[in-house]
Amino acid sequence: MAFNYDKYLRVNKMPTLWCWGCGDGVILKATIRAIDKMGWDMNNVCVVSGIGCSGRFSSYIDCNTVHTTHGRTIAYATGIKLANPHINVIVVAGDGDSLAIGGNHTIHGCRRNINLNFILINNFIYGLTNSQISPTTPQGMWCVSAQNGNIDPTFNASNLAIGAGASFVARESMIDPKKLEKILVKSFEHKGFSFVEVLSNCHINLGRKNKMASAMENLNWIDSITVGKKKWDTLPEDEQLNLLPTGVLRQVEQPEYTDMYEEVIKAAQGKRGKITQADFVKKI
Amino acid sequence: MAREEISTGNELCSMAAIDAGAMFFSGYPITPSSEVMHVASDLLPEVGGKFIQMEDEIGGICAALGASMTGVKSYTATSGPGISLKAEQIGLGFIAEIPLVIVNVMRGGPSTGLPTRVSQADIGQAQYPTHGDFASITLCAGSLTECYTQTVRAFNLAEKYMTPVFILLDETIGHMHGKAIIPDLAEVKASIVNRATFDGAPADYKPYDVPMNKPAVLNPMFKGYKYHITGLHHGHEGFPTEDAVQCEFNIERLVGKINTVAAENDGLDDLPDYEEYMLDDAEVCIIAYGSIGLGAYEAVNKLREQGIKAGMFRPILLWPSPAKRLVEIGAKFKDKIFITELNMGQYSKEIERVIKRNDFTTLLKANGRPIAPAEMVAKVKEMM
Repeated sequence: MAFNYDKYLRVNKMPTLWCWGCGDGVILKATIRAIDKMGWDMNNVCVVSGIGCSGRFSSYIDCNTVHTTHGRTIAYATGIKLANPHINVIVVAGDGDSLAIGGNHTIHGCRRNINLNFILINNFIYGLTNSQISPTTPQGMWCVSAQNGNIDPTFNASNLAIGAGASFVARESMIDPKKLEKILVKSFEHKGFSFVEVLSNCHINLGRKNKMASAMENLNWIDSITVGKKKWDTLPEDEQLNLLPTGVLRQVEQPEYTDMYEEVIKAAQGKRGKITQADFVKKI
Repeated sequence: MAREEISTGNELCSMAAIDAGAMFFSGYPITPSSEVMHVASDLLPEVGGKFIQMEDEIGGICAALGASMTGVKSYTATSGPGISLKAEQIGLGFIAEIPLVIVNVMRGGPSTGLPTRVSQADIGQAQYPTHGDFASITLCAGSLTECYTQTVRAFNLAEKYMTPVFILLDETIGHMHGKAIIPDLAEVKASIVNRATFDGAPADYKPYDVPMNKPAVLNPMFKGYKYHITGLHHGHEGFPTEDAVQCEFNIERLVGKINTVAAENDGLDDLPDYEEYMLDDAEVCIIAYGSIGLGAYEAVNKLREQGIKAGMFRPILLWPSPAKRLVEIGAKFKDKIFITELNMGQYSKEIERVIKRNDFTTLLKANGRPIAPAEMVAKVKEMM
């Protein structure tokens, strides 16, 4: 039987505002299928999005949804989750949103290890505002705010998340939605901050200006720069440099923030002693 | 019944927030407001509430807004530079109609300014903290007691009008240490206002489908009412719209639900919007607020000792201003009005707007120092 997306969608908001061939719709569908796999009651799900094309993500899913300001998704979601630890919170933001204007909240979300399910849609460009360079736009590509070619070095978003201490980090493209769905299920199952970088296309505002004017050409390029982590690990360093490994890049068990906060409440209410360094494995 | 507390303004402010039902604080350290945060960190977990120190001022207000969206009473505290950073999120609070209490303990500005010194120069910022059209509610505490009572009031107004509310302390009031007579806890609990909710069928729920000058009805999240909150202009159901008629209605309602309602009802609640001291038989009216009001009491007493019948008018609800009473004062005292404030005349301009005259005398100071009663006395004597 065909999967019934309508159960999870605000069908009266269809069609989406996204361009024909945009990867965002594929990611929306994979997210819904992952939610379905988790069996979550949609009354207990909150979807938080930011600004840009991905900002519309929240308005299409039928649950309590919040469309926040530019770059601040994780900060809003932190308040929502800390105030309601039993709620499943999904956060969706683009590369400009979460790596440029909101970079600080991204790294501190990773560090804090609060149980948010963060989906970074990386399409390598500011799409909605018509093709300005983002922190992930490859050097040498042409954009309207780099009229002579982009010289800005790029972020490796997943490496940033690993460096900031996220307890679950994965990268996948939206080319294979089934793979993406599996990764999203893993990230939803993970207790702690999960960071999933989803590589997606923007053939309209990145592709057309960089010799990949159709969705397929843009996706072929993404395919050409990605390789499974197992294979990536075996490659020589100079080949690794120009390939992004996909799959689960890091998964560790670390104390989750809202769980730790329960200990703060217990300490404040005299149900346990004050929290000390002895409570933590990692001392520095 | 009343209680006695020996504490500081900042600490009383946070104690009041928790007594008023706050269960969430998020913020970022900044002088001279940090003690508000310290007390929140101590007292909130005692009542099962949540406290988080965020990575920056912006995160500090975002998390508080996020918590409040779900139905949990929340507050944040900062000083002028922090308000500047929070500005965009305050705007989301206005347009999406999210209740939030924002404590601003004022220091000298602009920019980093005078971090440890007193100022009242964020009065204008409190009126227009962010871009776009909206109306702000701003309370100003003029004593230790008011740091408590006006914070409780700020929570009630935020819930009643579904909007961010500013409570302004200045550095002097915030750090002043002494005895405060505050209302009994039962009395505070009895006064608590909670946001209105819709209890019909979820399919019929339209959070922003409210008449002109009425606040949105935002149900707590995760209770079966699935809706959308956005900083974009939105229609009745909360989803983005650019419909011209709807956008015009939205803005008129956002401004009207506070300014029009305050003008029609002579205020936003039943509590006093100002205090008058020996004003009935006075021949000169001193207008002051916040910590400067404390000096003005003494100036009134000293002037009366010297045979000058002085009185004081001290606004508590700064925005929207107590215009009706100000007009009466303007008519009664004519050019015998003396305004003193710790900025270059930010509230004097509002009084000029309201009474439509500028023949009053001012004593303004913006160097981080308070205004001594003797300075006020000397200036009033020059007027007489």
